[in-house]
Amino acid sequence: MSVTYLGMPPFPEAAETSTRDERLRGNLRHATRTIRNKRAGAVAELADWSALRTAGAQVKDRTLRHLDHYLEQLEASVTAAGGTVHWAVDAREANQIVTRLVRETGEREVVKVKSMATQEIGLNEALARAGISAYETDLAELIVQLGDDHPSHILVPAIHRNRGEIRDIFRKRMGRWGRPAPEGLSDRPAELAEAARLHLREKFLNAKVGISGANFMVAESGTLVVVESEGNGRMCLTLPETLISVVGIEKVVPTWRDLEVFLQLLPRSSTAERMNPYTSTWTGTTDSDGPRDFHLVLLDNGRTDTLADRVGRQTLRCIRCSACLNVCPVYERAGGHAYGSPYPGPIGAILTPQLDSMETGLDASLPYASSLCGACYEMCPVAIDIPEVLVHLRERVVQGGTATVRGQRTTVRPAKGHAAERAAMRAASWTFDHPRVLRTGEGFAARARRLMPRRLPGPGRAWTDTRDVPQVPAESFRDWWRRTRGPSASAPAGDSTTGADGTGQREDTR
Amino acid sequence: MRVALFVTCVNDALYPRTGQAVVTLLERLGVRVDFPEAQSCCGQPQFNTGYRHATEPLVHRYAAAFEGYDHIVVPSGSCAAMVRENYPRIGAKAAAEGRGGVLSAVAERMVPRTYELTEFLVDVLGVTDVGAYYPHTVTYHPTCHGLRMLGLGERPRMLLEQVKGLELRELEGAEECCGFGGTFAVKNAAVSSAMGADKARHIEESGAESVCTVDNSCLMHIGGTLSRAGSRVRPVHLAEILASTEESPL
Amino acid sequence: MSSRETVLGRVRRALADVPRAERPEQTPLDRAYLRVHGRRSPRETAKLLAAHLTDYRAHVHHSTPESLPETIAELLARRGSRSVVTPAGVPQEWLPMDVEQVRDSATLTPLDLDAVDSVVTGCAVAVAETGTLVLDASADQGRRRITLVPDHHICVVRVPEQVVDSVPLALERLDPARPQTWISGPSATSDIELDRVEGVHGPRTLDVVLVGAQGWDAPDAT
Repeated sequence: MSVTYLGMPPFPEAAETSTRDERLRGNLRHATRTIRNKRAGAVAELADWSALRTAGAQVKDRTLRHLDHYLEQLEASVTAAGGTVHWAVDAREANQIVTRLVRETGEREVVKVKSMATQEIGLNEALARAGISAYETDLAELIVQLGDDHPSHILVPAIHRNRGEIRDIFRKRMGRWGRPAPEGLSDRPAELAEAARLHLREKFLNAKVGISGANFMVAESGTLVVVESEGNGRMCLTLPETLISVVGIEKVVPTWRDLEVFLQLLPRSSTAERMNPYTSTWTGTTDSDGPRDFHLVLLDNGRTDTLADRVGRQTLRCIRCSACLNVCPVYERAGGHAYGSPYPGPIGAILTPQLDSMETGLDASLPYASSLCGACYEMCPVAIDIPEVLVHLRERVVQGGTATVRGQRTTVRPAKGHAAERAAMRAASWTFDHPRVLRTGEGFAARARRLMPRRLPGPGRAWTDTRDVPQVPAESFRDWWRRTRGPSASAPAGDSTTGADGTGQREDTR
Repeated sequence: MRVALFVTCVNDALYPRTGQAVVTLLERLGVRVDFPEAQSCCGQPQFNTGYRHATEPLVHRYAAAFEGYDHIVVPSGSCAAMVRENYPRIGAKAAAEGRGGVLSAVAERMVPRTYELTEFLVDVLGVTDVGAYYPHTVTYHPTCHGLRMLGLGERPRMLLEQVKGLELRELEGAEECCGFGGTFAVKNAAVSSAMGADKARHIEESGAESVCTVDNSCLMHIGGTLSRAGSRVRPVHLAEILASTEESPL
Repeated sequence: MSSRETVLGRVRRALADVPRAERPEQTPLDRAYLRVHGRRSPRETAKLLAAHLTDYRAHVHHSTPESLPETIAELLARRGSRSVVTPAGVPQEWLPMDVEQVRDSATLTPLDLDAVDSVVTGCAVAVAETGTLVLDASADQGRRRITLVPDHHICVVRVPEQVVDSVPLALERLDPARPQTWISGPSATSDIELDRVEGVHGPRTLDVVLVGAQGWDAPDAT
């Protein structure tokens, strides 16, 4: 089962359509700019931001390098505190576990806190197939669920919708799921929030089963942490009798103290607040306070494959703050849906294909959904070098190599559809490795420069549809130098260095 | 001090005037500069598209061409960043693939000698006033790899501020990518063009006569977008502004 | 093989590059960040707490142990509250006689709590730099749900002793075994156009009463 949605086209195709959607562009531009400016202010308040960022990356790296140790420690402490720990190798197994646990309660309805992990595994759809209704309770998730839509942002899944669209969705759809929207609902955000409060309240107060994810799990104490704003998280975590938390294995941190780093990094990076309105922590079960039964489902679903890749491993540091989305010029224009999974933006472009073992055409297109401008890396509170991972994954697409797929070391073949490009890249490298040929080529180009059309055919069209091509000069720099300064003192030693020490071998022999 | 110019393939083939400007400028500052003809391309297009193995011969070529020089001056933030940031990665990966440490050694030798033009001027020569004259309004777009990978910071602005007659205009959203991104410009043409259009609009709104960067590849995209839109703003590489004088203006 | 063994086995194979003898503590971790951002007197810390609470739309009030019942009575009256739920550790004397008092107990259902107008609790610790109140279900704070379902929360903070400067200092004081709720202003959402709106599912009104002995915050007391 793939992390990407069924039938999604490769990124460039989806982006070509979405980029033309003026309303979407407007909504995203407005929202990302607002949050970007606010974040800058929130971060500027902490003089030690870069030290926090370093420590955040280091805590995560320490955890990842000893993940087996911390997972076993976590399991022991959650169990000791009265919880039950389950392990899920993949999405299918996680969904089976949750479905079984809900069935055992005899309930047909569950309330859900926004959780990336449960979106990743398609839990709502799996529960629906088992006849169980899952109600999303985060305001934005509710908007998405009511609108039969996909989320397009990690933090604000309905960021692609403006207030007017949200009002229309509420008016049309709320009644189908429960309490309808109030008469005469306007598009004022406060009124819309009030409508959601009323709609969801009866669900919360009667809920017997809650399902959540977690932002952090503390190995030493068995404590889970959920960071939220609206209070729907608190409702789902404390009112039901049974709580099931589905959490990726990379969400573990070693100690309670480590939260001092992340509870500073996360709110300022995500909602640009000093602290989010509500953070809940719980350790197993507590007598008469909160759920009687607590189940933790530890989810792999491609994470161990990602862990096995020494460059890709840093992806697992991610704390899902979405700062990289808010600063990404590609995300801002293409929108979240073009990324075809619950993980959009720069982090999605590296996380989705790794969790998916690059199995779909969309997966193979995602590492290219970036101009490598590096703004995401600069913003990332745990210093994930996203451009480095993007380029690394591009190698996997066009060169192949070895990778771990579902726990097995596998030789990966280059993705289909890159033959012409591969030939062109090799030819370019060969030419650049033979400056005499290069010089001849430049000479041809210079002589033919007046024949250059304003719009190019074939792949060149992608450039000339919107941009003029530069004029080829009459003389290359190389020729100018030779003409005015004579041949260089340090003439080329030879035309090719390939093979001198065996390192320049052709990739197809590998 | 032996100084070599790494002109870069884009400048060699399409923007020779930038290379000529670097030579003029450095000679005016009393620096003798060589152009080792064995040089070609840093390999960035291949590397950034995922063809790392096809990049390796070009790493060797770079090293062979510039062996023996103390300073290699590159009028491109992006190509300088390729050498400084990615050559060590190419070396490390080759080693991890069991092909020894030769490429790593090459990278280690070349990285500390490779300077983007403004770094060489400000850090090595210690000048910000290069005696240039350019009586125009200019807006400066800090290109991404220079800004974020090399950390050029204020260097380009410091140089521009000392140019006689030049008036700097603020650029809205200056630090946002122009949308070039190498093969990104054609692989994701729609997004690239949308980014380019926004950049071009901000440049127009700055009211400047020229837009200046330290990267001709980005400027090719920006200039192509501006020109298609019928704009009269002139794209110009920083080196050409710095080379311009009252006696021989650009 | 169980899924547990499968996942742990995959983790171990994925970490083949980590030397077997390496212990977790040997990986670098430089806690060079600050424990506190700036130097403040207890009085300044309390002021910062008040400012940051206000920033996120909590209402801050000052009181003394003697006048606390009066303050609480006024806040309840202002709101028009006719019933109030309290945990066992909140003294009865804090509350006015003319308001129906509901003592928290395990028999109270969410629907019962929904019918109550207000809740009055203490707190475990308050964090000035972030404007945060932490409740840890101690006797004067009660079960987590009582501060969630009623629409109006009055939280009493003893100053200066319950106020710390920063998140690191707060965590030091807290026991992870206890269920905690960190509260920074009333519930809010930014889900509509990333614009912050206060008041969704949690209490929409948060009154914070800073209680200190008469004169504790006189300038010369610091």
